[in-house]
Amino acid sequence: MSVELLVTVIGAATPLLLAALGELVTEKAGVLNLGVEGMMIVGAITGFAVAMSTGSATLGILAAAASGILMSLLFGVLTLTLLANQVATGLALTIFGIGLSSLIGANFVGTPVDRLPVLPIPVLSDIPIIGPALFNHDALVYVSIVATVAITWFLGRTRAGMILRAVGESDISAHSIGHDVIRVRYLAVMFGGLMAGIAGAFLSLGVTPMWIEGMTAGRGWIALALVVFASWRPYRVLIGAYLFGGVSILQLYAQGVGGVGIPSQVFSMLPYLATIIVLTIISAGPWRGRLDAPACLGRPFRASS
Amino acid sequence: MALKIEPRTEIDRRLVWVTPLLAVALTVLVGFFLFWAMGKNPLVTLYHFFISPVRDLYGVSELCLKAAPLILIGVGLSLGFRANVWNIGAEGQLTMGAIAGGGIALYFWEQDGAFILPLMVVASILGGMLYASIPALLKTRFGVNEILTSLMLTYVATLFLSILVYGPWKDPDGFNFPETRMFSESATLPLLLENTRLHVGFLVAIAVAVLAWILMSRTVLGFEIRTVGEAPQAAGFAGFDPARTTWFCLLLSGGLSGLAGLFEVAGPIGQLVPVLTPGYGFTAIIVAFLGRLHPIGIIFAGLLMALSYIGGENAQVEVGLPQAVTGVFQGLLLFFILATDFLTRYRIRSVEAPAATSKGGMA
Repeated sequence: MSVELLVTVIGAATPLLLAALGELVTEKAGVLNLGVEGMMIVGAITGFAVAMSTGSATLGILAAAASGILMSLLFGVLTLTLLANQVATGLALTIFGIGLSSLIGANFVGTPVDRLPVLPIPVLSDIPIIGPALFNHDALVYVSIVATVAITWFLGRTRAGMILRAVGESDISAHSIGHDVIRVRYLAVMFGGLMAGIAGAFLSLGVTPMWIEGMTAGRGWIALALVVFASWRPYRVLIGAYLFGGVSILQLYAQGVGGVGIPSQVFSMLPYLATIIVLTIISAGPWRGRLDAPACLGRPFRASS
Repeated sequence: MALKIEPRTEIDRRLVWVTPLLAVALTVLVGFFLFWAMGKNPLVTLYHFFISPVRDLYGVSELCLKAAPLILIGVGLSLGFRANVWNIGAEGQLTMGAIAGGGIALYFWEQDGAFILPLMVVASILGGMLYASIPALLKTRFGVNEILTSLMLTYVATLFLSILVYGPWKDPDGFNFPETRMFSESATLPLLLENTRLHVGFLVAIAVAVLAWILMSRTVLGFEIRTVGEAPQAAGFAGFDPARTTWFCLLLSGGLSGLAGLFEVAGPIGQLVPVLTPGYGFTAIIVAFLGRLHPIGIIFAGLLMALSYIGGENAQVEVGLPQAVTGVFQGLLLFFILATDFLTRYRIRSVEAPAATSKGGMA
C-alpha cells in the first residue's frame, strides 16, 4: 500500500471517527441522537464560513464545535427537558441542519479555502515510509486519535465516566443514588454535538477544502452505524472508521483505475452497501446478544419529585 | 413559588388538535424574525410565502398536486411510527417505485393501451414494497436497525436511478441529457382539472388516508399496530406478533411510497430524471408528525407542507429568498410540533414552595 493511499484513507476515516466517538459518548449516557448528519453539516458550513471570513482555520474549527453544541442543545431541550421522542427529534435536527447549512452556504458555493495546515510530528515524521504516512497530518487527525484513547480511559477508568455509564444503563438507579441524570445526559449530548461539529469542519476544511451543498453525503448516518458496529467500544470505533475510510477510498480508486464497463455509481454505492452488510453480520453473527447497547438507550427519563 | 410538571392522567383531546396550530404559529413567528434578519420585509415575504401562491385556482391545483405524494407517504409512515417501526427510507422506496413503474412505461412506449397505466401502478407499488422488504427482512431475521438500513438504501436507490438515466434508459433522441424518453399518453395519469397539472393521484391520496383511518380505528389490525407500539408487553400477551407488524408497516409504507413515486413520474414530470422529488420521502416524516400520526390530520399537514415548497419557490422569485429557507421552515415546524406535544402529555402547575405537595409522582 502506497503512502499516499494510506494518507487518503486516514483523511476519509477521520470525520467518521470524530462523529462516531461523540455519538458513542451520547449513547453511553442512554441518549440516541440521530441528528449527527445535521450537526455535522452545520459544523461543515460554520467552520468553512468562519475560516474564510477570518482567515483562521483554528477559529473555523472552534466555531464549528460551537455550532455543533448549539444544535445538540436544541436536541437536548426537546428530548431531555420536554421529553420528546428521541428518534423524531434527531430526524428533525437533520432536516433542519441540512436546510440551515444550505441557507448559510448560499453565498459560499464553489469558493475554495486554504486546506488545514499539515503539522508533521518532529522526529517521528522523519521515519521512512511510516513517518510520512502516520505522523504527517493536520491537527484534527491527531485530535481524533487522542480522543479515542481519552474516551476509552474516561469511560473505563474515571468516576465521571462510570457515572455516565450508570446513567445509560439504569437511569432510575443512578437517580436514586443521587446522580443528576438529566445533567449528565445534557453534557453527553453536548459532547456529541461538539464532536459532530468538528467532524463537519474536517470535511469542509480538510477533506475537500470548499463548501458543497449536502457534502456530508450520509457520513453522519454511517457514523451512527459505526457505533453499533463497534458495540459501543471506542477503540472498535477507530477500527471501524478506518475500515470504512478504506472502503470509500477503494471506491474512488476503483472508479479511476478499473471500472471497464462498470458505471461509476456502482462504486459509489459501496460505502452504503458495506454499512448494511456489516450491520447485518454484526447483528446476526455469534456476537448476537452481546452487542452491549446501553440498557436505557432512547428511553425518556423524568425524575420523580 | 415553583413550577411543577406532572403527567396528565389522560391526554387532553382538545390540545391534540390545538398544539399543531400553535406549532405553525410559532414557526411563522420565527420566520418573521428570520426574514427580518435576512434584510427582507417580513410581512411581504410571509405574504409571498403563504398567501400569494394559492390566490387562484391554478395555485390551489399545484398545492394539491404537491400534497398528494406527501399525504400518501405520510399516511404509510404514520402507521409504522405508531408501531415503533421507523421507516426513514421512503425516499428510496419512492425512487424504486418510480423506476419499476417507469420501466413499464418505457417498455411499452410505442404502444397505446388501457392496460399500461394499471400495470405501471402495480409495478410501482411492488417496487416500493420489495425495496422496503429489505429492511423488514433484516430487522425481523437479524435484528438490524431499520432506521439505518432503510436510510442507506435510499442512497443506493438514488445511485441506481442515476445509472439508468445516464446509461441504458437514456433517451436516444435526448441530446445526451440524463433523462429517459417522455412517457406516452397511455402511460400518463389523467388530469382532474383542465389547464392544470393536477392529476387523479390527489383523489387516490385522500382515499388512502380515509381507508387508513378506518383501518386504524375500526379493525383488529389497527388495534394490533397501536398495541405493539404503545404497550409491547400487552401485545405479547394478546398474541400479537411484532415481526408481523414490522412486515406489514414496512410493506405498506413502501408500497405507498412507490406509488407516490409513480404519481410524480407519470404525472408532472412525465419521464425519469436523476432527481425525482425535492425530498418528499423525508418531508413526509414531518407530515406524519404534524398530522399527529392521524390519517385525517395528515391530509391537512400534507397540504401545509406542500405550501411550504410552493411558498419557498414563490418567495425565491418574488423577494429573492434562497430556496433553502423551505428546509429550515420544515425543520423548525417539526421542532415546534415535538416541543408543544409536551403540553398534551404534561401539565405545568405553579405550586407554593412551602406547601405540602402530594407524593404521587411516577417513578
